[in-house]
Amino acid sequence: MSARGPRFFAIGVAIAILLTLPLWIANSYYVNIASQILLWAVAALALNVLVGYGGLVSLGHAALFGAAGYTAALLLKAGHGHLVADLAAIGFTLFVSAIFAILSLRSTGIAFLMITLALGQILWGIAYRWVSLTQGDNGVNVTTRPRFFGISLATADAFYYAVLIVFALAVISMAIFVRSPFGASLRGTRDQARRMNALGYNVWLIRFLAFLFSGFWTGIAGLLFVYYNQFISPQVMALQTSAEILLMVISGGTATLLGPIAGAAIVVVMKNVASAYIERWNLVLGVIFVLIISFMPDGLIPGTARIWRSGWQTLRARAARGVRVS
Amino acid sequence: MTALAINALCKSFGGLRVTSNVNLSVEAGERRLIIGPNGAGKTTLFNLITGELSPDSGSIELFGSDITKLASRKRAHLGVARTYQIITLFAGETILHNVSLALLGLSPLRWSFFGNLDRQHHIVESAREALAHVGLETIAARPLAQTSYGERRRVEIAMALAQKPKLLLLDEPFAGLSIDERRDVQQLLKRIPREVSIVMIEHNMDVALDFAEKVTLLHFGEVIVEGTRSDVVNDPRTREVYLGH
Amino acid sequence: MSLWLTLAVNSIALGGLLFLLSAGFSLIFGLMRIPNLMHGSFFMLGAYFGVSFLQQGVNFWLAALLSGVAMALIGGLIERFLLKRLSGQELPQVLLTLGLSFIIADLCLMIWTGDPWQPATPPQLRGAVQVAGLFFPIYRLAIVAVAVVVALALWLMIDWTRLGAKIRAGVDDAPIARMVGIHVSKLFTLIFALGAGLAAFGGVMGAPYLSVYPGLDAEMLPLALIVVILGGTGSLVGAFVGSFVIGFLYNFGQAMFPDLAYVILFLPMVLVLVLRPQGLFGKVMS
Repeated sequence: MSARGPRFFAIGVAIAILLTLPLWIANSYYVNIASQILLWAVAALALNVLVGYGGLVSLGHAALFGAAGYTAALLLKAGHGHLVADLAAIGFTLFVSAIFAILSLRSTGIAFLMITLALGQILWGIAYRWVSLTQGDNGVNVTTRPRFFGISLATADAFYYAVLIVFALAVISMAIFVRSPFGASLRGTRDQARRMNALGYNVWLIRFLAFLFSGFWTGIAGLLFVYYNQFISPQVMALQTSAEILLMVISGGTATLLGPIAGAAIVVVMKNVASAYIERWNLVLGVIFVLIISFMPDGLIPGTARIWRSGWQTLRARAARGVRVS
Repeated sequence: MTALAINALCKSFGGLRVTSNVNLSVEAGERRLIIGPNGAGKTTLFNLITGELSPDSGSIELFGSDITKLASRKRAHLGVARTYQIITLFAGETILHNVSLALLGLSPLRWSFFGNLDRQHHIVESAREALAHVGLETIAARPLAQTSYGERRRVEIAMALAQKPKLLLLDEPFAGLSIDERRDVQQLLKRIPREVSIVMIEHNMDVALDFAEKVTLLHFGEVIVEGTRSDVVNDPRTREVYLGH
Repeated sequence: MSLWLTLAVNSIALGGLLFLLSAGFSLIFGLMRIPNLMHGSFFMLGAYFGVSFLQQGVNFWLAALLSGVAMALIGGLIERFLLKRLSGQELPQVLLTLGLSFIIADLCLMIWTGDPWQPATPPQLRGAVQVAGLFFPIYRLAIVAVAVVVALALWLMIDWTRLGAKIRAGVDDAPIARMVGIHVSKLFTLIFALGAGLAAFGGVMGAPYLSVYPGLDAEMLPLALIVVILGGTGSLVGAFVGSFVIGFLYNFGQAMFPDLAYVILFLPMVLVLVLRPQGLFGKVMS
C-alpha cells in the first residue's frame, strides 16, 4: 500500500507533462516526435498483449499495422469519408488478424514466429507488387486528416492531442485487460498451457481473442500512422517494422504496461537521432537488438535496474568483506 | 452408481503399448489406489481419463455418459480434476492466484475483459477455503517462488479440490515428501468428503495402502491384479512384480 | 512456346539456387530448432564477396568457393561466440539472428553502395546447348548441375558418414543424442558454418542471374522460409522438392499474375500449414 502514493504521484506528473507538452515545446518538430512516440507506443502495447502476456512472439504485426493504413488510405483516395474509411480499416484489420490467428495459432513458440513472419511477407508482397491496387513502391497519399468534433487536426499540436487521446484510451484498455480475469487466463496459457486446458480453459480461443485484441490496437496505431504521415508505402509493412515494434516491446520490458511505452520512446528517439546524424538506422537497430538480447533479455529498464542492483550489491559486499572477486 | 468406467482401453506410442486393454470400474465415493512400478502406464492412464491423450481404442464413461471423444477442458467442466506428479503450477503467481485460476477455469467469468480477478469475492473466498483444507490459508498471499516443495504439492491438491470435482485423480501426491509431510497429506486426503470419488496413483505400495478400499496393480500397461487391500498384497503376482526382480 | 520454355528453365535454375540456400537453412532448423533469420543475409553477403573477388580477376568457380569458405568461417564464428551464449534459449537466438541480419544489411550498403551489381556470366558458361531443336542456356543448366551435385554430396554425407549419423541423431532428438555422447555443441557450429557457406556459394552462383542489390537478403529469406515450411524442417528431400516447387511458382506466378505473384508463392505454404503442419516431408514435431 505504501508504494501507491509515489506511484500515483508519478502517474500524475506523467499526465501533466503529456497534457502540457506542446505548450513548453514550441518547436513543432519535437511535438511531432512526441506524436510518433505515442502512436508507436500504441502499436507496442498491442504487440505486448501477445508477446508479453500470451508468450506468442509475432513477427507479422507490421502487416496488420499496414493493412489498416492501406485500407484507410485507399478508401479515402476513392473518395469515401473518414468515418467509413476508418471503420472499414479496423474491420479489415480484424479480419486479417483472424486469418493470421487461425493459421499461426496451430503452433506456439518458434513455429508461431515463423508463420506470422511468412504471413506478414505475403501482405507486404501484395502492397509491393499489386501495383494496380496499391501503386506499389510509389505509395498512397492521404490528402486530409479527419476533423475531431469540428477541430482541424492539420497542425502538429492538434494532431498531438488527438494521438494523446487515443494513446490514453489504449493504455486504459490495456490496464483493464491486464487485471481482468481474461488477462489472467491469457497469462495462464503462457505459463502452463497444458494445465490451463485441464483446468477447463479453451486455450486456443483465449489466444485467438487475444490476437484479435492485439490486432485491433495495431490497426488503430496503423491509422494514426497513416494520418500522421499522410502517406503510406510498402516499406511500413516490411519485416523491419515488425522487428522495430518487437524491439520496443522487449527493450522496455515485456509483460509490463510501461515497458512498451518506454521502448517506443527509446526506439523513436534513437531512430530520429540516428537518421539525423549518421543515416545508419538499420545498423543501430541491429546493434541494439543484439546487445539487448545478449545482455539484457529482460528489457532495458528492468535490465538496467538489475545490473545496477547487482553492481551496488557487489560494491557493498566488497566494502563489507574487503575486496574479493565473486 | 459407477463414477468411472473404463472399457478395453488401449494406447500405444510408436510400437510400445503403454495402455493395454485396461478395464477399470470405480464406484461413486470410492477410494481407489493404482499401484505399479515405474513405467507401468499409470500416468498415461490418467492422461487418457482427463483427455490430455486420446486412446487408440476402448471407451471411458463418467457417471454413465461416454466421454471418450470429449475435449480435455470439457471433462473438467463435467467434474474431473487432477494433480500432476511433476508439479505443474504457475510459478510467477501467488498461491492464492494459482488456486483462483483453478476456480476461474470453471467460471463463465474467465471470458470477462472487465473486473479484477483478485477482487472477485466468491472466487477468492472459495480459493481460501480450498487452501484452508490443505492448511495453507495463512500463506495464501505468498509468491509461489518462495514456497517449499511440500507446500507446492499441497497447492496442487488445493487447485484440484477447489474445482469441487466429482472425480479426483491424484498422481503420486506423496512424491518427494518427508515423513511428517506425508502424514499431513494423508490426513487432508481423509478429510475429503465422500461425494468425491478418488483415484490415486502411487508407485510405492506402503505409503498409501490404508487410503483405499480397493487396489489395482498395473504392470506394462495391463491390469495384473485387482481386489481388496489384502487380496492384492497377498497375491503372488504382486510380489513377483514388486519383489521378483 | 519458347516463353514457356524460358520460364521453365528459369524456374529450374531458381530452384537450384533455392536449394543451395535452403538446404543449410533446413539443416540448421532441424538441428538447432531455430530459423536462422540471417540466412538471406549470408546469401547476399556471399554474393557481394563474389562480386569483389570477380573484380580482382578471380575465376568464377574459385570466387564462389572462396566466398563460401569465408562465409562458413563467419557463420561458424557467429555461432560459436554469439548464438552459443544463448544456447537452449531458442527465442533470443532467433531474435539475435534477426538483429545481425540488419547489421549485415547496413554494412553491405556501406561497403557495396546501393547500386546493383551484376557480374558477367563467366565465359565458359556463356551460350546455349541445343537439345532436340531447343536451346538451353549453359549457365542455367550449370546452376542446376551444381545444385544436384551438392544435394548428392549432402545426401552421401548425411546417410553414409559418422558425421551424418550424428546429424541425423541430433535432428531426431537432441537430448538423446547428447546423452549418447554426441558433441551436439560442436555439431551446431559445424552445421551453422556449412549452411552459411552453402548460402554464400549459392549467392555467387546466382549473382549473374539475379544480380546483387540491397534487399536481396529480405527477398531470399522468405523464400527459404517457405521452402522449409513446405518441405518440412530438417529434411533434405523436402528442401530439394520444395526449392523446385517454389522456383516454378515464383517464375510462372510472376509471368502470369504479376500483381499476385506473392500470394501465389505463399498459397501452397498456407495450404500445407492447414493440411499438413509438419511439412510435406517432415516428421511430426512435438
